[in-house]
Amino acid sequence: MSETQHNPTHLVRAVNVIKHFGSNEVLKGVDLTVDRGEVVCLLGPSGSGKTTFLRLINQMETLTGGRIWVDDELIGLVERNGKLHVRKDSDIARQRSRIGMVFQRFNLFPHMTALENVTEAPTKVKKIPKAAAQAEARQLLEMVGLAERASYYPAQLSGGQQQRVAIARALAMKPDLMLFDEPTSALDPELVGEVLKVMRDLAAGGTTMIVVTHEMAFAREAADRVVFMDAGVVVEEGPPNDVLLDPQHERTRNFLRRVKDEREAEIAYEEETARALEDLGGA
Amino acid sequence: MTEPGVAEAQERPGIIDAVPVRHPGRYVAIAVIAVLVLMFLHMVLTNPAFNWPFVFEAMNQSIVIEGFIKGTLMCTVLAMFFGVIGGVILAIMRLSTNPVLRAVSWAYTWFFRAIPRLVLLTIMGVLGILFPLNRGGLSFGVPFDWVFIDWLGLSGDWRFYSVDANTLFSGFIGAIIGLAASEAAYMAEIARAGINSVDRGQMEAAQAVGMSRSLAMRRIVLPQAMRVIVPPTGNETIAMLKDTSLLIALPLSTEMFFQLSQIGARTFQLFPVFVAATLYYLIATSVLMVGQAYLEKRFGRGFGTTVTATKDKAASGLQAGAAK
Repeated sequence: MSETQHNPTHLVRAVNVIKHFGSNEVLKGVDLTVDRGEVVCLLGPSGSGKTTFLRLINQMETLTGGRIWVDDELIGLVERNGKLHVRKDSDIARQRSRIGMVFQRFNLFPHMTALENVTEAPTKVKKIPKAAAQAEARQLLEMVGLAERASYYPAQLSGGQQQRVAIARALAMKPDLMLFDEPTSALDPELVGEVLKVMRDLAAGGTTMIVVTHEMAFAREAADRVVFMDAGVVVEEGPPNDVLLDPQHERTRNFLRRVKDEREAEIAYEEETARALEDLGGA
Repeated sequence: MTEPGVAEAQERPGIIDAVPVRHPGRYVAIAVIAVLVLMFLHMVLTNPAFNWPFVFEAMNQSIVIEGFIKGTLMCTVLAMFFGVIGGVILAIMRLSTNPVLRAVSWAYTWFFRAIPRLVLLTIMGVLGILFPLNRGGLSFGVPFDWVFIDWLGLSGDWRFYSVDANTLFSGFIGAIIGLAASEAAYMAEIARAGINSVDRGQMEAAQAVGMSRSLAMRRIVLPQAMRVIVPPTGNETIAMLKDTSLLIALPLSTEMFFQLSQIGARTFQLFPVFVAATLYYLIATSVLMVGQAYLEKRFGRGFGTTVTATKDKAASGLQAGAAK
């Protein structure tokens, strides 16, 4: 079977991924391959199944059908003597430790400082000595621009800072793959930029990333490939400039038009505010 | 004639210096309460039934002090220690994906919450009847050993260790088993509420960095649940302190209230010994309240209950260091 053949340039390979929640069919056969070092943005209207797809890769949900491979390993399942077996919890934990995940709501551990958030998994899961883990964590916090905030608790940080700590926490396990689930959706508009900057740096540094986002500018600039999903299927995929500037499918066009209208309304409003502020300055 | 009000009205209003609303009812209440307190103090100090010298003498008896330390404090601490551990285990069982564990936890909680502590302790006192010494007492070994021995045509038994059930279920060990067993049922509900109060995203985030369910429970979920678990546990501890007086039903002869009652019965000074017991319970409860306040602060870290200034963080760091 060619489907089980492993191509070493592929890091993630999803074949006919199906997910049902009860009678609700969220994913209806998604195929997606992500190469090593590639940055893929998943776009689509809410309810299209992009977040569910991301959560399936990290086994926050269990597959109803299809297969997902990360590296050459089947996710959540193992084949023995031609029969599929569900993986043991410890095995699932090991698979998860190789995948970093960043959540919409940050989900930092509130009873730990930023530094402790980052060192927790390396010291407790990988059993790295505390001093080494702290040195590495400080480097990561420096990379996301939060070196001086190491001893702050999450409640003492802004949303953007919390999300950057969350990225550092995920990177601390040195994952092969980073998953971002709408990382900027819960942020105040003026805090979005600092998180996207960190993500752009990661992308430029060769990290393999799958990003569910509504940030079209980020998708155009940082993604190697954009995947448009709707109603549980991949409608269209390709280089960002092709999909975003010259969409082939009606559903993609409708979605982009809606995004554009919203953005234009926003820009018009911003310009009006800016003019009003200018008038004030002149008076 | 210029009215002062008009002149002031042309100025912009400044600092408010208004006459507060008067509460004449408060002064009446203060007066009534003051009289009642005075009457009470007068009675306490002059009523011969109190017999204060005897109260302090009773409190000073070495057997009463021993009863307070061993029977009241030790039993409270140990019963709560095992009760909390048991309760957390029961709560985790109740929230597990294994239906058998869930059912066992539910049945345990149902059973021990249904039995009044006084009744439970009374039953504990006579539980030795189930395992009489002439049948070997309470033994540990191979289950149903006599059946297997019979099948194999052997004789003797496969019991490694036997104890006298009367010593196990009465006295100090019995007191702790009884109180802890009952407490675990209540603590299970408190711990379950605490665990459920932690956002689901916390378990997901912990698992996403490769932690197992049990590690995530221990390091991430339970420490946050403690914030919700500690206040009611403080109440439970105070309730437990007072419930040690029920050990009279077991009976545990080293318990303080038992000893004071005995002194009262011997000397016909019942009321003073009850006052002595009340004073002991007041002292112990006050100390526990201080401890509870400290614990609430400790487990409230990172939740905005502690002030967020950096100099405060240094102080809480010291506290955390001292607690370890």
